[in-house]
Amino acid sequence: MPILSYLKALNRALSTEMEADPSVVVFGEDVGVAVSNVTTGLLKKFGPERVVDMPISEQAFTSFATGAAMAGQRPVIEFQIPALLFLAFEQIVNQAHKFSLMTGGQVNVPVTYLLPSSGSRGGWAGQHSDHPYSLFAHVGVKTVVPATPADAYGLLLTAIRDDDPVIVFAPAGAIGVRDNVDFAALAPVPLGVGRIHRPGDDVTVVAVGHLVHDALAVAEELEGTVSVEVFDPRTLHPFDWNGLAESLERTGRLVVVDDSNRSCGIGGEILATAAEQLRLVAPPKRITRPDGAVLPFARELDLALQPTRAQIRTAIEQVAKTSYSTQTEE
Amino acid sequence: MTDAAGLYRTVRLIRRFEERAIELVKDGTIVGGIHPYLGQEAIAAGTCGALRPGDVITSTHRGHGHVLAKGADPARMLAELAGRATGLNGGRGGSMHAADFSLGILGANAIVGAAVPIATGAAWAARRAGKDLVAVTYFGDGAVSQGVVLETMNLASLWKVPVVLVCENNGFATTTRVADAVAGSITGRAEAFGIPASTVDGSDPEAVLGAAREAVDRARSGGGPSFIECVAYRFDAHHTWEHSARPRYRTDDEVAVGMRRDPVALQGSRIPAADRERIDAEIEALLDEAVRFAVDSPLPDPAGALDHLYADGLRARAGVS
Repeated sequence: MPILSYLKALNRALSTEMEADPSVVVFGEDVGVAVSNVTTGLLKKFGPERVVDMPISEQAFTSFATGAAMAGQRPVIEFQIPALLFLAFEQIVNQAHKFSLMTGGQVNVPVTYLLPSSGSRGGWAGQHSDHPYSLFAHVGVKTVVPATPADAYGLLLTAIRDDDPVIVFAPAGAIGVRDNVDFAALAPVPLGVGRIHRPGDDVTVVAVGHLVHDALAVAEELEGTVSVEVFDPRTLHPFDWNGLAESLERTGRLVVVDDSNRSCGIGGEILATAAEQLRLVAPPKRITRPDGAVLPFARELDLALQPTRAQIRTAIEQVAKTSYSTQTEE
Repeated sequence: MTDAAGLYRTVRLIRRFEERAIELVKDGTIVGGIHPYLGQEAIAAGTCGALRPGDVITSTHRGHGHVLAKGADPARMLAELAGRATGLNGGRGGSMHAADFSLGILGANAIVGAAVPIATGAAWAARRAGKDLVAVTYFGDGAVSQGVVLETMNLASLWKVPVVLVCENNGFATTTRVADAVAGSITGRAEAFGIPASTVDGSDPEAVLGAAREAVDRARSGGGPSFIECVAYRFDAHHTWEHSARPRYRTDDEVAVGMRRDPVALQGSRIPAADRERIDAEIEALLDEAVRFAVDSPLPDPAGALDHLYADGLRARAGVS
């Protein structure tokens, strides 16, 4: 089968949808020459009216897209740097996201926010290394974090077609992934439907974004010792709680790997929901960035604050061994 | 409705609507209060008078005047302020978010300056779709130092977007005087981006109408954005909480002097007394009916509090499990 890279998948989804729907336009900084390699070839194919290079004015062009969406366009905004979301938080959360409810459903705002290279890229330091998907899931913006090229393609397509604002985080740690893909089978992936990358019987590992690949590698290492199921939610809001419930019905044991800061990250929400409503036979664990982490520059320091495979392995082994009843006995 | 009597009708409607709304705030029918538009009626009447039905506007937290002048039904508007199911937004928006997209009213907005890029984007998109509409975006003197407004002026000028930027200089950003908050000049900001800017008497409906027509014509004919600073005086509170809190930032004498620049009295003086009396009576009857409609309308069903959160009807999880 031919190989599809994650980056090329994003590019292909944009191109496919721009061909299919003339109302799709791309806004962003340096999208014409495609410095992030996501919009490569689009300017030539669709022209400057549809691939619009923006001045460095994130707040203005984010709400400009909201207005354009109200008037019938379907903008996709590329933000080169995840921290730009903090600049445009007002425009996404307080404006675009709220218009449908505040107007009593008079208007929809179909804008897609695309973050190619969210999270640490290694050596980009404090203001370029955040991975703020939990913030958007928290406020209720539809939030997508694809882990694989096929899912990147399918979820971006769905995001663009969705009538609400949708934010798509393409993790820097996944953007280099290349998979053998049947191009004819590439298809939209619905929001709110998780994916089991590897079935298992003993422990469910919920991994977000690029950490899916780490979880899979650890599951492989543990084969024969612990049977690990790797569950990729793919969408954080809406979240596939039914899919997780089914997995936990079988395993009853849960480890969550989440590249968010610990407090109020999506990992905490997954544990809380599991504790309240789902089947758990052992105390769950989560692996996250530390509370309030700011990623330092030096590679060793940067890596020291991100979830590691060793941490995932240890957590799985511990959760596999314990149960609420043995804990009580202790 | 842009002859002298038509303009009078609009400013008088806004004036009396606001006075009735303040009464409803006082008696508890409207919760959360309002930002009265009293004293600024000429700006909404004059600018909307220059627009066609297909044109669009965005408004502000002090937005009742714009929404009414663009043609919203006063009864459904008042029902919205009173949080009724029959309101423009079904009771989901209230005073600061009143919208009627069927009339090109893309919403009042509670964040200062936030609607300026929305109007600009809408105008850009409409032109791209081959429509020759114009957008008017209202904002106050308090918005002229908001980064997003300045960023948007750059975009609008760069791409000759058919948008008219209407700055309502009512003297105060909440309680802060323009002189204490604005370095340089208000129109100088627009001029720096190559946007033609003018200052008009925002207490005079006909002066505003004249400036707005010029700006709207320029926008519609491809000449790009214009900026109009309309200088008026805010007669009443920043927000009705002042009626009880009574913050001291201007004297009664100053207010009395400011209120001499009364757009309703000015426009009323331009038409025969008999016409004025007839229009006044019509408006009283209209507003009597609007108040009755609002008060008699049903409250929204709490079970639907999250209705319309998502376009596809996605139901968010409840707050209890």
